Amino acid sequence: MTPTEIADPNYFHKVVDCQWACPAHTPVPEYIRLIAAGRYSDAYMINWKSNVFPGILGRTCDRPCEPACRRGRIEEQPVAICRLKRVAADYKDDVTARMPQRAAKSNGKRIACIGAGPASMTVARDLAPLGYEITIFDRDPLSGGMMRSQIPKFRLPESVIDEEMGYILNLGIDFRGGTNIDSLKKILGEGYDAVFVGTGAPRGRDLDDLPGRKEGAANIHLGIDWLSSIAFGHIDKIGERVIVLGGGNTAMDCCRSARRLGGKDVKVIVRSGFEEMKASPWEKEDAMHEGIPIMNFLVPKEFTHKNGKLTGVVFEKVAAQYDDKGRRRLVNAGEPDIHIECDDVLMAVGQENSFPWIERDLGIDFDKWDMPVVDHTTMQSTRAGVFFGGDAAFGPKNIIWAVAHGHEAAVSIHKYCIGEDVKDRPPPHTTLVSQKMGIHEWSYDNKIEIDKRFKVPMKDAEIALKDIKVEVELGFDPNLAFKEAQRCLNCDVQTVFADNLCIECDACVDICPVDCITFTENGDEDDLRTRLSAPASNKTQDLYVSGTLKTGRIMAKDEDVCLHCGFCAERCPTGAWDMQRFTLEMTHAEGACQSRA
Amino acid sequence: MSFLPKPKFRHPAIETNDLGFSHRDYEGAISTLCAGCGHDSISAAIIKAVYELSLPPHRIAKLSGIGCSSKTPTYFLGASHGFNSVHGRMPSVLTGANLANRDLIYLGVSGDGDSASIGIGQFAHSMRRGVNMVYIVENNGVYGLTKGQFSATSDKGSKNKRGVVNTDSPIDMVSMAIELGATFVARSFSGDKGQLVPLIKAAIEHKGAAFIDCISPCVAFNNHEGSTKSFDYVRAHNAALNALDFITPRAPITAEYGEGESEIVKLHDGSQIMLRKIDASHNVHDRGAAMAAIHKHKAAGEIVTGLLYIDEEPVDLHAHLGTVDAPLNTLNAPELSPGQAILDRLNAALR
Repeated sequence: MTPTEIADPNYFHKVVDCQWACPAHTPVPEYIRLIAAGRYSDAYMINWKSNVFPGILGRTCDRPCEPACRRGRIEEQPVAICRLKRVAADYKDDVTARMPQRAAKSNGKRIACIGAGPASMTVARDLAPLGYEITIFDRDPLSGGMMRSQIPKFRLPESVIDEEMGYILNLGIDFRGGTNIDSLKKILGEGYDAVFVGTGAPRGRDLDDLPGRKEGAANIHLGIDWLSSIAFGHIDKIGERVIVLGGGNTAMDCCRSARRLGGKDVKVIVRSGFEEMKASPWEKEDAMHEGIPIMNFLVPKEFTHKNGKLTGVVFEKVAAQYDDKGRRRLVNAGEPDIHIECDDVLMAVGQENSFPWIERDLGIDFDKWDMPVVDHTTMQSTRAGVFFGGDAAFGPKNIIWAVAHGHEAAVSIHKYCIGEDVKDRPPPHTTLVSQKMGIHEWSYDNKIEIDKRFKVPMKDAEIALKDIKVEVELGFDPNLAFKEAQRCLNCDVQTVFADNLCIECDACVDICPVDCITFTENGDEDDLRTRLSAPASNKTQDLYVSGTLKTGRIMAKDEDVCLHCGFCAERCPTGAWDMQRFTLEMTHAEGACQSRA
Repeated sequence: MSFLPKPKFRHPAIETNDLGFSHRDYEGAISTLCAGCGHDSISAAIIKAVYELSLPPHRIAKLSGIGCSSKTPTYFLGASHGFNSVHGRMPSVLTGANLANRDLIYLGVSGDGDSASIGIGQFAHSMRRGVNMVYIVENNGVYGLTKGQFSATSDKGSKNKRGVVNTDSPIDMVSMAIELGATFVARSFSGDKGQLVPLIKAAIEHKGAAFIDCISPCVAFNNHEGSTKSFDYVRAHNAALNALDFITPRAPITAEYGEGESEIVKLHDGSQIMLRKIDASHNVHDRGAAMAAIHKHKAAGEIVTGLLYIDEEPVDLHAHLGTVDAPLNTLNAPELSPGQAILDRLNAALR
């Protein structure tokens, strides 16, 4: 192998698994250390800079970081990154003074954002301080998009949304709530310098072709519309027996909301197997914790009704069959259909994009699935000056992806407005600094111990189920937060090897608790992986390879289960190993077009 | 030097031996020696050898004297018996322990100060008596614990850290061991585990006085230009006579060697040493040849390493003395007090 190019920002970035997995590349270990130090406001601001909604995401994020967490590879459970983020939001001081200031004067450019969800709000946050005049339109009266309309209040209190929307709206945004946009042509005709579409995936999928759908309509609801009606106070009760169709996170929100609005016998019924459900494991767990059974391998066949009123749903029992390519097919299980009685049905079987309001002669191309053609890097459509982001760009994903899209779109819009090439992307800003404080003292806590994940305290279920606005999770208290934060392995403190200093004394090899360092003859990667001190079978994790050393061998380190304990560097007599903190900051619109002095 | 305990986490796919132990189960406390000390590499080599031989840790006794090297038994085989004796007196304590309980495996760990200066007499007599043990000298040619004075194994002409030249002749430990009757004599280098680990394994299985002189650079006081025990100097002047693979009775030989390049040396317990000859002319069964090879390479300014001499049919101290087969702590009243008739016979023999 050729020596690892550590100057490439991607190399060490990949070692920080959580940050690499986060669409917005939040510097996770950095803010976790600040939480451990009790510096909640600082931790919040680091989050706020990269993911805009720490309080909201700390309760609702899909957490792509957690399955990636290194702790999960050496112990069973990853660090509770998401809930630590919430700790920063819960215990911070007043941070208003640390927020960017409203621009002193306009730069004369006007931007329209359609939809007031996470993507649009991110665009607004990135551009407003630069002097852009931002107008945000939304059909709902308040900002927040699906964060406000679809996520139930027992998971995300209104006050948290208000606070984090407020930080952005205070930048001098012209927010026009309750405005339904029915023509993009009209908006384009109003002379905006750029338009951002962040309208989400606002249409719930229906099961219109099932018999009885029309007759039972009064008691059959589309999940996201029903959730939105609760959010805005239009609905406050439901029947006692409720069936929720669908296995995603919306289904979990529906069933748990139903339990709080009078549903006593609430069931979730899914087509697939329990394991293949789209809902996050912790959301399934929370639903079951509230006494909601999840029944699987049942495909709805018919809505039954009597005297114009819904009476139940007939299901076909199915089984999963796999063909030789491993593709799954659901086939009749050869058992009789079953009829389950209910008063109401909530359908949460998927969401769709919907662009009836975009005229097709504007130069914005749509693909065969009727989705706009959007560049994955620049977020620009085929019409210059029109950008997409969030679920509106590539279909339903989640909040943190919408934030990432928003940042990228803001960079593009800024470049577009000052006449630069949107394809020319600014590189991230990285630093690499030694953490050595003394002979065996580092600036981070390198005492690594076996420590199981701590559980987030919950409100007593009986109280929680009585009021839909009572938040179920209490969040970590500072004491638990400290303990959970200590589980972080500080993967951003990198093991950096200088081959010109190495005397090949083997001290690092001997001390490494997880046998990840080897000195051996060079070879190609597949060969090297079999010749290391411990097998390096996880190919998603890189090998860090040095140049040729004095004896003709190379140093090869398997990054997979490195604990970042720093013992290699402590035992190194020549300082060939050093622990250096790697920071990577994504460049947002603010720094995209001027040099960093 | 580290103060923190080594993390308990292990590689998820760590291998285990026949006893179900991983190499980490043979570790001791974390080393307090200087970072990069050759002695730590030797500790790691001992851990590896014992792990690979699948030895139960409680059947091993590790004994040492005083010095950096003699601190190391704390850092390996944490579940074995240990005795940190008086300066230079490890060999007699080991001899006594061995006489009392011949069933344990004895590992004597010493340094050039402990064995070539204050304890040279003890070293010499344990070799002549053929005590069944592995005697490892962690030889760095310097008094590291007292800040770098020349030791008795420092080569004439080598320079200390301040540039002072050593004018005394060195004691060559391997020549002495061969001369004094050791039945397994080798020299190795802490920076070459590929050579050292099989040597330690073979020495453990050898049922007699096994001596390994292991050059172990002192990174703090003897790893500079002008030193003859530095990493760079040893690597540049290392003349290995052979390389070996240690084969237990259970593991079949998989490697193939050409005619005349290799030799199988059978040990008492059925295990074998597969000797790959680098210097084809060297005969490991010939004391005289071993001495000649040592002198020849020394004259050429080289450090000869590898298995220098082995007697495949060693006779140990217990055989010389005709001691009882069982460890003394297993003897009970009937064996210890055999009765009037036996006493009468003994008395009669002494009249």
